[in-house]
Amino acid sequence: MILKVEGVTKRFGGLIALNNVSFEVKRKEIVGIIGPNGAGKTTLFNVISGIYKPEEGRIIFNGKDITGLSPFKIARLGIARTFQIVKPLSELSVRENVMVGACFGKEYMDLESAEEVADEVMKLVKLDEKADLPAGKLNVPEKKRLELARALASKPDLILLDEVLAGLNPAEVSEMVSIIRDIRESGITILMIEHIMHAIMNVSDRIIVLDYGRKIAEGKPNEVANDPKVIEAYLGDPELVLQLLRR
Amino acid sequence: MKKPTISLIWIVVAVLAIGLIPVVTKSVTLRETVFIMLMYIALASSLNILLGYTGYVSFGHIVFYGIGGYVAISLIEYYGFSIIPAMILAGIFSAIIAYALGQAILKLRGAYFAIATIGVNEAIKALVENLEPIGGAEGIYLHIDAYKPYGGPENAIWLSYYLMLAVTLAVIIVSWYVKKSKFGLGLLAIREDEDAAISLGVNTRSYKSLAYALSAFFPGMVGAVFFFKNGNIEPGVAFHLTKSVEMIFMVMLGGFGTVAGPFIGAVAYERIRGYLLVSEVFKNLHIAISGVILLLIVLFMPRGIVGFLCGRFPKLRRYLE
Repeated sequence: MILKVEGVTKRFGGLIALNNVSFEVKRKEIVGIIGPNGAGKTTLFNVISGIYKPEEGRIIFNGKDITGLSPFKIARLGIARTFQIVKPLSELSVRENVMVGACFGKEYMDLESAEEVADEVMKLVKLDEKADLPAGKLNVPEKKRLELARALASKPDLILLDEVLAGLNPAEVSEMVSIIRDIRESGITILMIEHIMHAIMNVSDRIIVLDYGRKIAEGKPNEVANDPKVIEAYLGDPELVLQLLRR
Repeated sequence: MKKPTISLIWIVVAVLAIGLIPVVTKSVTLRETVFIMLMYIALASSLNILLGYTGYVSFGHIVFYGIGGYVAISLIEYYGFSIIPAMILAGIFSAIIAYALGQAILKLRGAYFAIATIGVNEAIKALVENLEPIGGAEGIYLHIDAYKPYGGPENAIWLSYYLMLAVTLAVIIVSWYVKKSKFGLGLLAIREDEDAAISLGVNTRSYKSLAYALSAFFPGMVGAVFFFKNGNIEPGVAFHLTKSVEMIFMVMLGGFGTVAGPFIGAVAYERIRGYLLVSEVFKNLHIAISGVILLLIVLFMPRGIVGFLCGRFPKLRRYLE
């Protein structure tokens, strides 16, 4: 078991963003997290990566309690993440961006090794031709790949992908999906949030569904897709949906 | 450790060349001009480590120059220290104060941090004005005997000049190595996006405080040398907010975040200031004119002279990092 989330609750004032959420992730698994807007998916990532401290519950990573540690410490323990709203270091070159990931991530490399790792990773996500461009000059799909490259360069055990497919066209989506599969093949565990259903159903081993901060379902993609609670969360009352469909 | 490249070498050679002119010509006027110029280069380059690399605008950075000056002059006058140890202790003391302050005020971002630094400068100025043991509002006058060990005031002035040259070279070399180091990469990441930096594993809090301490260390030494040469120190001169603004001006004019920028900005500013101060029309307006130029730079040349040149002539990039 690489990651264990135990009864995590996160409140913002009166709003309960995460309500007693528990799940586990096995090594080398791809686990998808889905749920309607505002379900608490990104908050969950922020809690795991240390940006928010949960009010209740614990996060266990590789057998170590990491609840409430500072984000940089969690990064060094081997959890890397991407941001839904991309955060490129705009004035730095693409290579330097990736080097930051390598330098300060799990392996805490020196600059020379970081540069080598950056070159490898940029090739993997097909950014090698843009290596010397300032990161701010990239277009959106490229910035998404840069997020991924920075996270990979840190040589993590677990990677949190927050909507890396959003805003990409179908060709780019399938390209990214194949990159994600390659990442898993290289031995990295993946926890990913996604809205593009066919892609996440396709790529995940297991899906967790959040709604209003609660985990409402968990299981294989096809089980989850046919779960009435999930359909209700997305579409409203399933009986009503069926009636409407019949009409 | 990386080997120095042309982008460092040419600046070191230029500073040495400028620095040696008064020595060769034995001109006292030139010595005074170059002394001020070196001081500006050192101050601007140290501020650049915080403002240019880390992205935190310190509006009250002159406070460390004042603190350094007070530490050194007190050590010399009251405890009989010689200038070199006094200068080093002044730098260390300024750096420690900055580190401690940093732990408190570097949580603030953007304008809030800038305002806090002005507050710090004014608070320390008020404190010193009321501290009678170090002269209060009157300040401290070095006894003329303080210069005896160096062979009289004239020799002491030359010694101060060489010390300023040494400090200036040290700042430039350190700031080049910082930029080329892993530490520097972490600082640049903080400047670009602090939230991304911390998520990528940069210990932002300790990096910011270290950058603040380093950028305070050299102004502490500069203050020590300046006030030793000056012979007296008083709160109004030591903690003069205008000097802080001048420091920011030089960094922005030259191009923040580059090693060459503060050097070019400081030399240019010293020449502009020198011209304005002696001209009949502008002599009382040099700060106002600097303000207008700063506005124009921010509007039309946000990356300063260096950024402008690199944009126009990409071949210059290897010289102007």
